[in-house]
Amino acid sequence: MIPYGAILSSYLVAAVLFILSLGGLSHQKTSRRGNLYGIIGMALAVGATALLILGKVQFPEGLAENFRDILLDDPTTSKVFAAAIGIGALIGSILAARVAMTAMPEMVAILHSFVGLAAVLVGISTYLGPGILVPEGGELVHNIEIYLAVFIGAITFTGSVLAFLKLRGSVSGKPLTLPGRHLLNLLMVAACIYLSIGFVTAESPTAWQPLLWMTLIACVIGFHMVAAIGGADMPVVVSMLNSYSGWAAAATGFMLKNDLLIVTGALVGSSGAILSYIMCRAMNRSFISVILGGFGTDGGGGGGTAAARDHGEVTTFDVDEMVEAMREASEIIIVPGYGMAVAQAQHSLSQMVDFLKEKGKTVRFGIHPVAGRLPGHMNVLLAEANVDYDIVLEMDEINGDFPATDLVMVIGANDIVNPDALEDPNSPIAGMPVLEVWKSETVVVMKRSMGTGYAGVQNPLFFKDNSRMLFGDAKEVVDQLMTGLRSH
Amino acid sequence: MKIGVPREVWPGECRVAASPANVKRLQKLGFSVLVETGAGLAASFDDDSYRKAGAQILDGAAAIWEQSDIVIKVRAPMKHPDLGTDEADLLREGGTLISFIWPGQEEELVQKLASRKATVLAMDCVPRISRAQKLDALSSMANIAGYRAVLEAAHHFGSFFTGQMTAAGKVPPAKVMVVGAGVAGLAAIGAARGLGAIVRAFDTRPEVEEQVHSMGAEFLTVKLEEDGTGSGGYAKQMSQAFIDAEHALFEEQAHDIDIIITTALIPGKPAPLLITEQAVKNMKPGSVIVDLAAERGGNTAGAVADQVIESHGVTIIGYTDLPSRMAKVSSNLYGNNICHLLDDMGGAEGYKVDEDDEVVRGSLVLNEGQMRWPAPVKKITEEMKASDPALQESTAVAPAEKKDRGPLALLLIGLALIAVGWSGDTGFLHQVTVFVLSCFVGYQVIWNVSASLHTPLMSVTNAISGIIIVGGMYQLGGSLEKPETILGVVAVLFATINIAGGFLVTQRMLKMFRR
Repeated sequence: MIPYGAILSSYLVAAVLFILSLGGLSHQKTSRRGNLYGIIGMALAVGATALLILGKVQFPEGLAENFRDILLDDPTTSKVFAAAIGIGALIGSILAARVAMTAMPEMVAILHSFVGLAAVLVGISTYLGPGILVPEGGELVHNIEIYLAVFIGAITFTGSVLAFLKLRGSVSGKPLTLPGRHLLNLLMVAACIYLSIGFVTAESPTAWQPLLWMTLIACVIGFHMVAAIGGADMPVVVSMLNSYSGWAAAATGFMLKNDLLIVTGALVGSSGAILSYIMCRAMNRSFISVILGGFGTDGGGGGGTAAARDHGEVTTFDVDEMVEAMREASEIIIVPGYGMAVAQAQHSLSQMVDFLKEKGKTVRFGIHPVAGRLPGHMNVLLAEANVDYDIVLEMDEINGDFPATDLVMVIGANDIVNPDALEDPNSPIAGMPVLEVWKSETVVVMKRSMGTGYAGVQNPLFFKDNSRMLFGDAKEVVDQLMTGLRSH
Repeated sequence: MKIGVPREVWPGECRVAASPANVKRLQKLGFSVLVETGAGLAASFDDDSYRKAGAQILDGAAAIWEQSDIVIKVRAPMKHPDLGTDEADLLREGGTLISFIWPGQEEELVQKLASRKATVLAMDCVPRISRAQKLDALSSMANIAGYRAVLEAAHHFGSFFTGQMTAAGKVPPAKVMVVGAGVAGLAAIGAARGLGAIVRAFDTRPEVEEQVHSMGAEFLTVKLEEDGTGSGGYAKQMSQAFIDAEHALFEEQAHDIDIIITTALIPGKPAPLLITEQAVKNMKPGSVIVDLAAERGGNTAGAVADQVIESHGVTIIGYTDLPSRMAKVSSNLYGNNICHLLDDMGGAEGYKVDEDDEVVRGSLVLNEGQMRWPAPVKKITEEMKASDPALQESTAVAPAEKKDRGPLALLLIGLALIAVGWSGDTGFLHQVTVFVLSCFVGYQVIWNVSASLHTPLMSVTNAISGIIIVGGMYQLGGSLEKPETILGVVAVLFATINIAGGFLVTQRMLKMFRR
C-alpha cells in the first residue's frame, strides 16, 4: 500500500517535469532532454493514476470515500483497459514512425482532435456516472465545469479534424464563407448558453439531452470556424487548436478536481496561445481577424485590383543560366516555402548546399515564420535533410543581409516574398512582414507555374528587373541544377 | 603670429603642409601665413593661388624658417639639398614646428631640435581618441593610401575589376583580398568594391568583422582562438601557430585571388610577413600585390620599398609614397588636420601649448627644448575601441518599446480572483489559483522559444495534453455494461495514441536537428 500523499507528490513532480519539458524545448541544445522530461512526467502521472484506480493506495481518514467509485474492480474492464493502452500505444507508435516530415501538420492536427475527443468522452462519462465524489453543494459548479469541458473539447475535435482534412488536401483549402457566418456563430453560441440553463440546474444525470445537443452544436461551431479560415492561415489555426486542446484538458481538470490536469492543460493552452500570437504577428494580422476567417476571398477587393494591374513581362531562366548564376555568386540565400515541402525537395537541396559550401560560397536559408503550413515547418524539413541549423536563419536575422547578397533562390514560396506587402497599402497582405529578397542582386523564383499563392494575390516580385523565373517541380529542378553544377 | 609653409625637400614628395584653402582657414584663426615660392607646385597649387588666398610668398626656405613663429611641414626635417644645412638648424631658436616627426626612430633629429629650444608637435603622435579624429593625419593619409593602392593595382592589372557581359564575351569580376582592415584597408575595400570587384578582407581583430561587412566585403578568419587587438587601434603580434594558420589561409586564397593589398603594421616592429613566397607562386600570372607596409620591410615576400618588381609572374608594388601620388587631396586633408590642431590650441589669439590637454600632450615631443615624449599612457583603452577609425558604424538600434499592458491584465485577473473568492467555494478557488499560476508559467516558458523549434514544441505539448488520459482512467470504476465506463475506455485509447504518437514523433524530429 502506498500513501495517498505519494500520489499527490508524483503529480507535483510530473507537473514540474512538464514545465521543464516545455522549457527545454525552447532551445536546440536542451530540446531532447526536454522531450525526455515530458516522457518521464507522463509515465509518472499515468503510473500514479494506475496505482490509484487499482486500489493500491492507502487514503487518510475520510478521503477513501471520495475515491470509492473510481476503483477498477471489474476484471473485464481491467482487461479492456490494458488492451486500450496497448492498442493506443501501438497505433501512436506506428503513426509517429510512419509519418513523413512533410505531413507533420496533418499529424499534429489529428492528434489535437484526439485530445478534443477524449475531453468530450470524459466529460459525458463524468456526467453519467461521476467517478470522484462531488462535494455537497458543489453540483452546480461541477455541472458548469462538465458543460465547459465538453464544449471546448467538441470544438477542438471537429475543428482539428477539418484542419487535418484541409492540410491533407482531402478538402479544399479555400475558406468557406457562408452569408452571415458571424451571426451564425453567435446564434450557435447563444443556443449553447440557452441549453446550459436547463442543464446545470437539473439533477444529474437526467439532463443528458441538452448536453448532447450542445455537443452537436459545438461540433458544428468547431467545423464552421475552421472552414472559414483560409489555407494561408493554417499555421495559426494549428497552433490555435493546440491551445484549445490545452484548455479542454484544463477544463477536464476542473471537472475532476485534478490539479495535474489543470496545470498541464493551462501550460499547453497558454503555450498554444502564445504561438498563435507569434504567428499572427509574423503576418501582421490580429488574432481576431484570423479566427473570424475569410482571408483572401474578397474577389472584388484588393486581390482583384492587384491581379488586374499590368505588371509587365517576366524574364525566365533555364537551368544552364541558373547554374552559371550560382557559380558566379558568392553570397547565396535560399528562401524555401510550401512548394519545397510539396515537392520533397529538401534532400536534393541539402546536397546542393553542401556542394556550394565546398566551393567556398556562403549559403544560408531565410525562413519566414509562416512559411509552410505549420509553425517551424521549414526548419523541421531542413533538419530532416541534415542542413546545419546554424545556416538556417529567421526573417529578422537575415532581412538586413539581402542588399549584400548576390543571389536569392526562392523555392516554392510566394506570399512571404511579396513586395506588395510593404509597398501597396491596398494589397490584402499589406503590412505583413516579408523577406525582402528583391533587394539582392538577383532573385530567381523557382515555381511550378505563374499561379498565385494561398493568399490569392499576384506577386510583383516576379516582374522586377532583377527577378528571373525558373519553372518546374522544385525537386526536379534542384536535381538538374546539381547535375549542371557537377558537370562544369 | 606667423605660420610658415616651406617647400618639402624629400625627393619625390609632392605634398605641401597647407593648400590655399587651408591658408584661408588659418587666417580666419588669426594667423598670417608665409609660403615658400613653389611650395605647392607639385600638388597643383601655384603661387598665385596662395597669393589669392592671402598668403605672403617668400623666396627661399631660409626666409620662411627665419620669419615664422610656427613652421608646418609634412616630412620630418632633413638636410636641405639646396642650402646644405639641416632644416632643423634653420628653425629659429624657441620656434615651433608641426610635422610628421617619428620621434621613436629619429632620436638624432629630436636632439638637434632640442638644442634649438624648439617646441615640436608630431602629427604622427596624435592620440587615437574620438576627440582627436579630426586631426588624425595618420588616418587621413592611410585612407588615401588605401584608395590609391587599389588604383595602382588596377593600373597593373590586365583586366576589369567589375564583371562584364559584352558582345565580345564575358569577363568575370576581379577578386581582391585586403589584409588588415584598418583605415587603409577599409578604404581599399571601399575603392575595390566601388570598381565592382569581389572583395575579401582579413584581420586579426575580430571586432572589425562588422566594419568589413558594412563595406560590402567578406570577412576571412583563421579558425584559432586568438584576439589580435592591441592598443591604439592597431593589431598586436600573434603566436607562431596563428601565423602559420594565416600563411596557410593566404596560400589557399591565393589560387583564387587576383589582387592582394596588404596593410598590416604592428607599432614599433618590422612589418609581419604574411604573403609567403608560396602564396605568390600560387597566384595566377598577371596578378598584382600592393604592399602598403613595404617601407617597414613589407608583408609580402620579395616586396621592395618604392619599387615595382615581378616575381613568379606576379607584380608586387612596394610604393611608400601613395598619399604623395594624390598630392592635391592629401595636402588639403593634411592641412585640415593641422588647422584643427591649431584651432584646438586656441588659434592665434589664445595660442597656448597646454600640457593638460590630452591631445596636445600626446602630440608634444619637445616643449621649449624640454623632452616631453613619450606622453604618459592614460586610461585610453576603452575610448580607443570606440574611436578607432572614423568608419565606426553605429549599429545600436534602440529596441522598439513595447506597449506594456501587464498592469491592466494583472488588475483584471486580481479582480476576477477576488470575485471568485467572494462566492466562498474554497475548493474551486484553489483550482483557479493553480490554473492562473500555470498560465503564467506557460507564458514565461514559451515566450523565448526559437522559431525553428515551433513544430517540435507543438508536438510535445500535444503529447503532454494527452494527460487527459487521467480523466479517462478515473471513469473506469464500473462494469463494461455502463456507458460511462465504455466512454472512459475509448477516451483512454485516444489519449494513449496521442501520448505515444506525440512523444515519439517529437523524438524523431529532434534527432534530425544537428549543428
